[in-house]
Order: sequence, then C-alpha cells, then structure tokens
Amino acid sequence: MQKVNLCEGCSKEKGVNDPTGFALADLLLGLGAAQEIEKSPAGIRCPVCGFSQTDLKKTGRLGCSACYDAFAEGLTGMLKNMHRGFVHTGKVPVKLAVARRRAHEMARLETSLASAITLEHFEEAASLRDKIRRLEVEDISPDENKAVNRIAAVSESGENVVSHEAGTFPTPKPRKKP
Amino acid sequence: MKLSRIIANTGEWLSGSGPHDQIVVSSRVRLARNLRGKPFPGWAKKAERVAVLEEIRGAVGQLPEMEESFSEKLEDLSPLEKQVLVERHLISREHAAKGAGSAVVMNTAQTLSFMINEEDHLRMQAIRAGLQLDEVFAMINQADSELEESLDFAFHNELGYLTACPTNVGTGMRASAMLHLPGLVISEQVNKIINSVNKIGLAVRGLHGEGTEAMGNLFQVSNQTTLGETEEEIIGRLNKVIFQILEHEQNARQILLQQRAETLLDQIGRAYGILCHAHSITSKEALNLISFIKMGVDLGLFPYKSRLQVDELFIETQPAHLQKGLQVTKLGAEERDSLRAALIRAKLKMMPEPEIGKIPTTPTTTTRSEES
Repeated sequence: MQKVNLCEGCSKEKGVNDPTGFALADLLLGLGAAQEIEKSPAGIRCPVCGFSQTDLKKTGRLGCSACYDAFAEGLTGMLKNMHRGFVHTGKVPVKLAVARRRAHEMARLETSLASAITLEHFEEAASLRDKIRRLEVEDISPDENKAVNRIAAVSESGENVVSHEAGTFPTPKPRKKP
Repeated sequence: MKLSRIIANTGEWLSGSGPHDQIVVSSRVRLARNLRGKPFPGWAKKAERVAVLEEIRGAVGQLPEMEESFSEKLEDLSPLEKQVLVERHLISREHAAKGAGSAVVMNTAQTLSFMINEEDHLRMQAIRAGLQLDEVFAMINQADSELEESLDFAFHNELGYLTACPTNVGTGMRASAMLHLPGLVISEQVNKIINSVNKIGLAVRGLHGEGTEAMGNLFQVSNQTTLGETEEEIIGRLNKVIFQILEHEQNARQILLQQRAETLLDQIGRAYGILCHAHSITSKEALNLISFIKMGVDLGLFPYKSRLQVDELFIETQPAHLQKGLQVTKLGAEERDSLRAALIRAKLKMMPEPEIGKIPTTPTTTTRSEES
C-alpha cells in the first residue's frame, strides 16, 4: 500500500482530475478498491454523517465510525484483500472487555439454568441463580436487572415463569465508573 | 512549556541508547483512535474538529506521563517549527500541513507525542532509541488505556478500533523501526531484502515514511496490516524480521571487510574528505556521506564517543533544523547548502581523523559469515 501526495501537475498526469472514472480509492487502497466499494448500493449515505458511496470512492477514506456499518457490503471484500484476517483479535477497551466477558458468562449461566430447570434439577438451578445474582451485583445495569428478576421469579415460584417485570427487587445501583 | 526549549535538546530516541542501536536507530509504535459518533477530521466541519480537539487535548493533558509537556495548536506554530517536528519524527508530514482544529502534545523527553486531528482524531506514538518495540508499545498502550477511561473510542465488535482509512482498522497500530543499512546498500543486497520483506506483508520505506526516498542508507520497516492479528503478534513478526535484517547487515559488513576492505575504506575516507572540505552540500548528499561516517564509527575508525555527534548530524543537517537557531526569514536552498556545509565542517573538526590502520579486517564478533 502506498500513500501518495500529488502535486497539481502529477495529479493531472495520473488522471486524478479526470472525471471519467478514476478513483482515488484505487490509488490509496489498492487497485480494485473502487470496484469493491461499488458493491455497496450506489446513492447510499451514512445515516450518521451523510458520507456517500461516491465520497468513499473519491477519497478512499470514511466519514465517521458509523460508515463502517453503512458501507459494510463494499468494505468486507476490500478488508479481506487488505489485511491478514477480517476479525479483530487484539486489544479491546477495558470498559467493553469487562462487559463482553460478563455478557458471555451470563449467557452461559442462563443456558445452564434453563436446562437445569427443564431437567427439574432444582438444587443446581438454585445454585446457578445465586451465581447469576452475584455476577449482577458486581456491576448491575437496568437492562440486565430484568434478567435477574426473571430468574428470581423462576426459582421462587418453582415454575417456569418467563416474564416478570421489575418491582420486587431493589432498584439497581447506578453503573460504577471503572 | 515553549517549543524552543523542547527542540533545544535532541530527543531521547536520538541521544539515548538501546539494544542494537548501531544498526537500529529507533523503534516507534503509533496507535490511531477516533471518538465514537464524531465525523473523522477529513469529513468534519471546523467547529466539530475544534470540539474534538478540546476534548482530546484535555484528556491527554491529564495523563500522568504528560505532566511536563508541550501542547500547541498547529495554527500557532510557524512552518519552520512544524518542519522541525517532522524532521524529528514527532509529527507526520500530513499533520504539519494541518491548520485550525489540529494540535500536537508531546512530553519533554520527546518519547511520547499525540497528534490531534491528523487523519484520525488521535494518533499517538512512542519512540525510543535502538530496538525496543515491545517497550515502546507498552508505553503507548498504557497511555491508550488511561485515555479510554475518559474518552469514548470508536470500537467495533468485529473490526476493532475504527479509523478513517480502512488500512488502519483493527489494532490501529503501526509499529516501525528505523534501520541503518550501509553494508547491504554497498553490497547491493538491499533491494533483495526489501522485496522479501514486502512479500510477507511488511513494508520498507524511506526516511520519512510512506512515499519517501531512502536517504543516508536509512530504511523504515513497518507492518502493513492491522486487522486479524493481535498487537503482540504483529510486533513479534516485525521483531523477527528486524533481527534477520540485522544479521544480514552484520554479515554484509563483515564480508565487505574481509573481501573489499579497500572499497569500504575508500568510501569512508572520501565521505570524510568531502564533508570536511565542502562549502555547499545538499541535504541528500550530506545524509548519504554522514551514513559512511556513522559506519566508520561502528567499525572503530572514529572514537566511539563521536557517535552522538555523528548521529546528531543526521538531524541537524535537515533543512528546518539548520535554520531553527536563526532569527531570519526562510533561507533559500543555496544558502541552506552552504550553511549545512559549514555546520558539518565545524562538527567534524572536533573529531579526530579516521584511523584507517585500525580497521578490523578479521571477524571481531561471531557472525554467520563462516556459513555463507
């Protein structure tokens, strides 16, 4: 990949000013990039910043972070050609990493709880419910509080009650700043 | 703190020392970050850029490692001051071209620098002497972790850190090392090396990064790709390649000493002669000749203590550095060339003449030269 700063003369020579189809994206992102971009429907605009597919082709840059979703179709192929993989495996901001780990653990516990209830292993279900509660108390958020209530409802009635809105449990503490 | 105070001292990466610093001049890692939901600098309106600038500048100023720092808006720096920062690798050429809505913050040791509203909202780098990519990554990674407590960085579950250019998405990391490779250049092996490095997804570039010419036998090796590997994997891959290049350079020098000692001595001697007596010299010629003097120091032809003086010449002879002490308007190219020649003459006068007889024509270190 080569980034190029062109003077007026060179840009004319290379056809940057030539409106008949030369795209800076090809020059900046590698030949074929403009073609990939066209996989995003023409005329599409980023709903957040208003960046258009034409802008992307013209500049080889995106308008804002939401553009990655807006132009996902055109970007996927390009990113595959450009990088060694297409899923990020590196650093995750701590705030998100903690939330992601907790969400993952919560999903695992909930699956186990559901199967324990189906199999009528109520002792195991009770212990899972306690684990879920502990996880909740560590850092509770309003959305997830509903899940706690739901689980509590299951264990207290001994029946498989699925929906039970908030009210029986203390209101959640505001999210702690990490 | 004033910029003049910062630039009065050469940065740590130039004056300091580090592992393998004879061949690896410096190691650098930069991270690109953006704020969630805000248009990237290239698409943002001026008011939006200014708002982002204020937010990030405030957060960076709060970092404990930036307690003693220099912080300035680009519009308040003169073209000459910007160019000095470019020559020191503290800001990019692209950033120097920015005006209102952009800023730079750096620590006094010049090991950390933060470019606000370059191509991305924030580009931060750590740079140190010698081969220490792991260490510089740790430095900048810590700054990043501290910043993410107060700044909401744009992060995508699958794509990682989101950047203005898709070539940086994922880790947003560019790790690079500046290598001095006169042995490989003289023995005409450097292109072979560049081609093989390019094949494995790493880039080799000239002195000032992308799209610049190699001068002074200085080359930058860096990662091309940022998505699909962890930061540690990228740096590990880069380290491995740099060690190999290092070994090739040492071998090339050893073989030159054994088989073409006269050629080598001739090159160093001629470089010394021209630099001692020239009255007008371009930046490119100067860099190429100073490179031979630097190799002469490595080979023991000049006392080891001259090393810093020679290394400083690489920077001090650059156009903006030449003029930074002068209270005059911008000099023309011819005036710079004669000023440069005078500076080099004065500096070399303080060094003893090369001791040609002292050149070690037998291997002094264990290298792989026996095998080749």
